[in-house]
Amino acid sequence: MMKLHFSRKQLCIPYALFLLLFVVIPMLLILFYAFTETVDDKIVFSFANFANFFTSTAKLSTLLMSFTIAIISTAICLLIGYPIAYILARSKFRKKNVLLMLFIMPMWINFVLRITALRELLDLVGLLSSQNYLNTIIGMVYDFLPFMILPLYTTLEKLDNSYLEAASDLGGNKFTVFARVTFPLSMPGVISGITMVFMPSMTNYVVSDTLGNFNITILGKLINEYFTTYDNWHMGSMISIILLVIIFLTMLATGGFKDSNTDARGANLW
Amino acid sequence: MVKKILSIALCAVVLLFIYAPILLLVVYSFDNSTVINLNNFNFSFGLYRDLFRDEKIMEILFNTIWLALVAAALSTVLGTAGAIGIFYSKRRVSKPLQAVSQIPVINAEIVTAISLALLFSMVFLYRTYFSLIVGHMVLCTPFVILSVLPKLKQMDSNTYEAALDLGASPTQALFKVVIPQIFTGILSGFMLSITLSLDDYIVTAFTKPKTFDTISTYVYNAVKNGTNSSTPALRALSAIIFIVMIAALLIFNLRAGKRKKEERAR
Repeated sequence: MMKLHFSRKQLCIPYALFLLLFVVIPMLLILFYAFTETVDDKIVFSFANFANFFTSTAKLSTLLMSFTIAIISTAICLLIGYPIAYILARSKFRKKNVLLMLFIMPMWINFVLRITALRELLDLVGLLSSQNYLNTIIGMVYDFLPFMILPLYTTLEKLDNSYLEAASDLGGNKFTVFARVTFPLSMPGVISGITMVFMPSMTNYVVSDTLGNFNITILGKLINEYFTTYDNWHMGSMISIILLVIIFLTMLATGGFKDSNTDARGANLW
Repeated sequence: MVKKILSIALCAVVLLFIYAPILLLVVYSFDNSTVINLNNFNFSFGLYRDLFRDEKIMEILFNTIWLALVAAALSTVLGTAGAIGIFYSKRRVSKPLQAVSQIPVINAEIVTAISLALLFSMVFLYRTYFSLIVGHMVLCTPFVILSVLPKLKQMDSNTYEAALDLGASPTQALFKVVIPQIFTGILSGFMLSITLSLDDYIVTAFTKPKTFDTISTYVYNAVKNGTNSSTPALRALSAIIFIVMIAALLIFNLRAGKRKKEERAR
């Protein structure tokens, strides 16, 4: 019996090795590169990249710009996504799963093609050539809206109706019931939605490049440029570390990572 | 009543926003002018003919598909074994494994991409098929774990013991008892991996061999170099992919819905 349990457990060894080699070690390499410099073909320990980032106006303004774009995109996704998720979750329509699918299906279709399609549409309505920032935000909302709707729908759907009935029986009007009961109970969904939209909006440079005519630099693009254009992997790694700290802080601020985040990537669609 | 009308109107507007670009491309894939012009529509299959004659695009389409299939198959095997291992391990082992497994899920894709670039450049495997496939596996395998683990938790563990009591070897019990019970999870992990691989741009861009392109990298570069407007056949390619994906998702989900209903009826 002992031997048998042992053999089933052993099945996780290949995956453990895989994670060590291709997830843990690469992440440690980023840390190593971030705090070193190449001087005369030798790698030496240094805080120069760190100091450089926080004294460079160009980099700090990129950081600020990414933040602004991400906050606006996330807010718009929430403002559109919440009512949609609420309507879908509360509807008495029998096939509401099919309706939900219509809203989240795009996340399974190649995003580069969808963003290029949106580019054609923006070109037709005359926005493409003039509104780089607006287009970028439209693109982020277009790409990430399903990631907001899905976790919100999941939490709102599970919401126990008796709480809402109790609240209105106790004299709450519709607005009070929503503000004091429904919304607080849906917070886990709101938080997953925000984390799912905020981070990619700061980093997905395919969207900002395609729709902002390659004129907008967000944090993800900056990392890419240090790796490909400037060939300074140390600085690129430092910016990644700063990005990781931001991700970590958002997680802390919003109360941590929930399993529903991964649901939001839609394991339930297939 | 007013509320209902407002709800429907909001849903309609958002759906229009979501599907307008897709619809535009599908409709204008049947018009062979280089630039889309709403006032001028000449019905033709010209773009589709150009598309299938374009050897470069056909090669890229083929690349994208085999990459997705290989990465998804490898991720599914690795992830299924990993999930079974995690399920039967002690918490001391399974908790940290699951935590590390979440890193690629939470992490920004660009960070995953450059971390792999750093690793592979150290061992002289940067921009090879190996780095490309590993890159896609890093993206996909955690999702296989996440699809398979819940099925293992739902499984009746007595059936495995019963198989052993009835004389099956552990391997036989695994393949004839455990795997069939978690098969739907394995299948959704595989499908999920395919879609994730097909969707990816950033990790592909940082791990692919220089001359290798997928649809994502090719289209992005075409936009970057301004050659996309001179290649209207890409419209036909997009249209085909949109329609195939939407049809696949609808069929798969409607059938899954039906299956669930039958299960409930039983």
